[in-house]
Amino acid sequence: MHKILILLAAGATLLSANAFAVERGELLASSCMSCHGPGGKSKGAIPSLAGLEKAYFVKSMQDFKSGARPASVMHRHSKGYTDAEYALMGEYFSKLK
Amino acid sequence: MSINRRDFLKVSGAGAATALIAGCATTASGGSPKVVVVGAGYGGATCAKYLRKWGPNIEVTLIEPNDKFVSCPRSNLVIGGLRNMDYLTHSYDNLAKHGINMVKDMVVAIDPAKRTVTTKGGKTFGYDRLVLAPGIDVRTDTVKGYKEAEAASKVVHAWKAGPQTALLRKQLESMPDGGVFVMGIPGTPYRCPPGPYERISLVASYLKKHKPKSKIIVLDSNPDIVSKKPLFTWAWNSFYAGMIEYRGTNAVMGVDGNRMVVSTEFDDIKADVMNVVPRQRAGELCAMAGVRNDASGNWCSVNFTSFESTAVPNVHIIGDSVAAALPKSGHMATNQAKICAAAIVELLAGRQPEAVPVIANTCYSDTSDTTGGHVANVYRYNAEKKAFVDPGGGGATPQGDELNHAYAESWAQNIWAEVLS
Ligand SMILES: Cc1cc2nc3c(=O)[nH]c(=O)nc-3n(C[C@H](O)[C@H](O)[C@H](O)COP(=O)(O)OP(=O)(O)OC[C@H]3O[C@@H](n4cnc5c(N)ncnc54)[C@H](O)[C@@H]3O)c2cc1C
Ligand code: HEC
Repeated sequence: MHKILILLAAGATLLSANAFAVERGELLASSCMSCHGPGGKSKGAIPSLAGLEKAYFVKSMQDFKSGARPASVMHRHSKGYTDAEYALMGEYFSKLK
Repeated sequence: MSINRRDFLKVSGAGAATALIAGCATTASGGSPKVVVVGAGYGGATCAKYLRKWGPNIEVTLIEPNDKFVSCPRSNLVIGGLRNMDYLTHSYDNLAKHGINMVKDMVVAIDPAKRTVTTKGGKTFGYDRLVLAPGIDVRTDTVKGYKEAEAASKVVHAWKAGPQTALLRKQLESMPDGGVFVMGIPGTPYRCPPGPYERISLVASYLKKHKPKSKIIVLDSNPDIVSKKPLFTWAWNSFYAGMIEYRGTNAVMGVDGNRMVVSTEFDDIKADVMNVVPRQRAGELCAMAGVRNDASGNWCSVNFTSFESTAVPNVHIIGDSVAAALPKSGHMATNQAKICAAAIVELLAGRQPEAVPVIANTCYSDTSDTTGGHVANVYRYNAEKKAFVDPGGGGATPQGDELNHAYAESWAQNIWAEVLS
């Protein structure tokens, strides 16, 4: 019994280097929900993000940042994140139903 | 792809092992870790919800004395006569479905050594981690005559949404055409930097339609408009020319409810409606835990990767009570709540929180019954500076429009759902 516990504890320690209960993509994306609605499903004029295709999501963020896609507010928010973070968030939103 | 912790627990099996893994970190009590969240406003309610979402093994207790959630955001629309109190008022019932233990009570004592909080109702709750989200205390003691005038319903701040919001609306309705509405604005930092200027805009919008001979005198402790100055200047000049008299560096020193007079260092001003907002500080709850520890003694210094107090271990503070170069907004409070919840989940499992959290703010402000604008910024944690830093992509709309007016409504509906369902 003791051995198993030590193994489990060691396993937890090993994982601790890079494993989070909350992945970075999900944590970053959680901040968007105040505008885009819980679970990325909006109740009104602001568009929903749940289920957007990853490639479309990433392109949208890049175009908001460059100004290629006109926006009322997303040109400001998009500038706060990197391409790698767009990909992490895009992955997360694509899986929300 | 790394294995996430929930998958790991699934493969490692039963509840006993779960408890032990969590237990080898910080759980004093054994069994599932306990987190107590105090205050179910924008910050606390969101934090409790996400603690349960991200840490399903955590026992979460949320303590709040109010029956219902009443939103400060959008309360200026009620004062301007564009919405009613029902619109601001929301049930807490949906939070229970996340498995949050809701307690209707008020915390009156905290013992950080024993890790307990005690309520007015006489209950004591133990915690492994404590989250404090009491919002602000309005320091009516800093304005001479305020307490008496407030007790007589002659002056209100309406800086906490509720009965004062409804009272201010009523006072505005009974004000005669040609009357004087005086608004006093505290020095920074205070809750919602653009809030006073939005309120002035919507009061003006009402007066222009219904009592056009009336006047608004703005007594600002700050030298100039604190937030979105171009937006509000545009609105005041375009819609309400001649109605608003703005006086910077004019802190309100006293109010007299009998004579209906507001006094500054320079002047005594006769008013029909007195809406004076005093200075603020972190809720008294924070003092109970010994965490109101910044240089001014008014706000709580935290470590920004976890929102844990720099003074007292295992106590986290989120929302308006935090000392930071960040706007004190509901939007910000909900986002701080999420970073804090994720960090607590990691800490309880013996890991370090996310090293580079990113946090965003947006404040929409209506400038009339059809126009609005916003300020939006994204802040990234900088470990060297130990602070959230704005890399510079944000900004504010210089003028209002109908699109932002519509998005402001959508924001409200979505954030209320995000916080409470
Ligand atoms: C007029 C106005 C307009 C605003 N407009 C906007 C806006 O458009 N957008 C925006 O983002 N923000 C806006 N704000 C700011 C926003 O209201 C605050 O920033 C936000 O409420 C802060 O959240 P919080 O969780 O820190 O505090 P709160 O939301 O105030 O919640 C604190 C809770 O703690 C409870 N509490 C306190 N002490 C105890 C205790 N001892 N025991 C138990 N419970 C306790 C209280 O009852 C309360 O429910 C506005 C504010 C005002 C006044
Ligand atoms: C202040 C409210 C607000 C916040 C916060 C916000 N958004 Fe948006 N978002 C909008 C609005 C409004 C639009 C419509 C475009 C515009 O006017 O800016 C939009 C549009 C989008 C779109 C385009 C959707 C489509 O169907 O084409 C994407 C993608 C998006 N947002 C992603 C995000 C992400 C990711 C975040 C968080 C990092 C975020 N948004 C945060 C308000 C917001």
